[in-house]
Amino acid sequence: MPNIKELTDLTTQVRRDILRMVHKVNSGHPGGSLGCAEFFVSLYQELMETKDGFDMDGIGEDLFFLSNGHISPVYYSVLARSGYFPVEELNTFRLIDSRLQGHPTTHEGLPGIRIASGSLGQGMSVALGAAQAKKLNNDNHLVYSLHGDGELQEGQNWEAIMYASAKKVDNLISTIDLNQQQIDGSTDDVLPMGSIKAKFEAFGWTVLDIEKGNDIEAILEGMKEAKSLTGQGKPICVLLHTVMGNGVDFMMHTHAWHGKAPNDEQLKEGLSQNPETLGDY
Amino acid sequence: MKTYTYTEKKDTRSGFGAGLAELGRTNPNVVALCADLIGSLKMDKFIEENPERFFQIGIAEANMMGIAAGLTIGGKIPFTGTFANFSTGRVYDQIRQSIAYSGKNVKICASHAGLTLGEDGATHQILEDIGLMKMLPGMVVINPCDYNQTKAATMAIAEYDGPVYLRFGRPSVPIFTPADQKFEIGKAIKLTEGSDVTIVATGHLVWEALEASKALHEAGISAEVINIHTIKPLDEKAILDSVAKTRCIVTAEEHNHLGGLGESVARVLAQHNPTPQEFIATNDTFGESGTPAQLMDKYGLNSDAIQNAVKKILKRK
Ligand SMILES: Cc1ncc(C[n+]2csc(CCOP(=O)(O)OP(=O)(O)O)c2C)c(N)n1
Ligand SMILES: [Mg+2]
Repeated sequence: MPNIKELTDLTTQVRRDILRMVHKVNSGHPGGSLGCAEFFVSLYQELMETKDGFDMDGIGEDLFFLSNGHISPVYYSVLARSGYFPVEELNTFRLIDSRLQGHPTTHEGLPGIRIASGSLGQGMSVALGAAQAKKLNNDNHLVYSLHGDGELQEGQNWEAIMYASAKKVDNLISTIDLNQQQIDGSTDDVLPMGSIKAKFEAFGWTVLDIEKGNDIEAILEGMKEAKSLTGQGKPICVLLHTVMGNGVDFMMHTHAWHGKAPNDEQLKEGLSQNPETLGDY
Repeated sequence: MKTYTYTEKKDTRSGFGAGLAELGRTNPNVVALCADLIGSLKMDKFIEENPERFFQIGIAEANMMGIAAGLTIGGKIPFTGTFANFSTGRVYDQIRQSIAYSGKNVKICASHAGLTLGEDGATHQILEDIGLMKMLPGMVVINPCDYNQTKAATMAIAEYDGPVYLRFGRPSVPIFTPADQKFEIGKAIKLTEGSDVTIVATGHLVWEALEASKALHEAGISAEVINIHTIKPLDEKAILDSVAKTRCIVTAEEHNHLGGLGESVARVLAQHNPTPQEFIATNDTFGESGTPAQLMDKYGLNSDAIQNAVKKILKRK
């Protein structure tokens, strides 16, 4: 049985990491990062089967691909706190000569990262390739991917979505961070996408909703169900209903903090809402 | 020696925003498109004043280029706005077929070009866009140097009939060109007269070239600085006239040395008047996260680097 208290404490610490990382360099993307903190913690602590250490091919373990690379702060924090690299390295986020680039990259050899992302809309194709490689290798492990909802406006996603069902890539679980926000406003203001669920279904996917996308128990339950549906000839899409900026009250429910760092005052306020649990880096 | 000073710094993208807003008031055919980056491209004013002539495309740059091409059929003059990477590499074939080959009057306006985009890092820092765009037959490529020049260029390209790539940036840089200077596509601007070396620079490197020429002057070296705001068509005469006098040249740009301004200049020189040349440009590399100043220093794209290149080239004369 997962220890929810431990996962919750870790999530709180991850939120602190995110806030401190973006504050230090006065840049980066806290909104989407905070909204996905519970998801990353659940994925890396409970859901994915991973080997010790890191190798690029990841044979014999589950893989994760972050397509919406701008939420690198949450990715880096959870990777570090899951043992991929020292947590102190979070101090170097976005600084010159760092392995923790603004957007995730393999270029500097950061353990845990298997593809560069940042230019939106490319991650699902990569995840599909990795999933097909697993099949060729008779490797029964799964491939997970995460995508922004605004990101779905990129046409390449729909090429990938069409391909995935056509080719019965049923070892892939693609999650959409359904926070209904992007840079210029809400997704409905920028480009209303109608029912994303109906679209994925029309493209031949099995779709699940996790309505409480910031609730660890709901995430674990939903993702376990998603896992149970793999191997049945269809790719799986999880619609994760999250709140952008979750856990920092003044950042919640708005696109304003998509790509803006808190100032000193705001950092203090945000941290006071998320007291230290495992120790700051 | 003519010297340049400034009282204010601003980002060149704000020059684009101001020029676009002005076009909104003066040219009813101008329309604007953006792919979820209105604030970054400073398009707010145009949108506020001309909501019916603005198209929010969403995060879908390929679609944006196609829609822009379509809008020209019917006499509109579309200005597309997104980051330089997503304005070029992301949509190369859409531009190639639907805009360049089809000869459409689309203005591809690209912000956050080069290393000075800063902390977002290499995924967003394109250093190959000048090369990509100049290789397209018929494409005009412009990289203005400050706020005033970017504003003027934005307005000038609306008057020109044909596809244009307009490249500008994110950081605040000195404003040193006159606000009323007319922008002539393809016409280089000589900023200082000099006799020992020619420095041709584009974009953010123009100010650095002026800084370098000041320091060189104090060291007794007379540099002729030329602002090449239009990389294509290149003002070959301005370059050839200058090197006829100085007999050596340094080119400076925030771009890969492969495919950039420097190579365009080298081709002209090789053909008409072979001349020693040094290249201030990135050396076949991706960028990385960091502050703009740190990156320009690390990758050798500033006044110091230009001075060193000048000292080197003088020995090769
Ligand atoms: C191809 C591409 N176009 C534009 C951008 C700029 N950009 C970065 S994040 C973003 C909005 C993404 O929205 P969403 O996927 O919903 O992420 P969220 O804002 O919810 O974190 C945009 C337009 C980009 N990174 N890549
Ligand atoms: Mg979103």
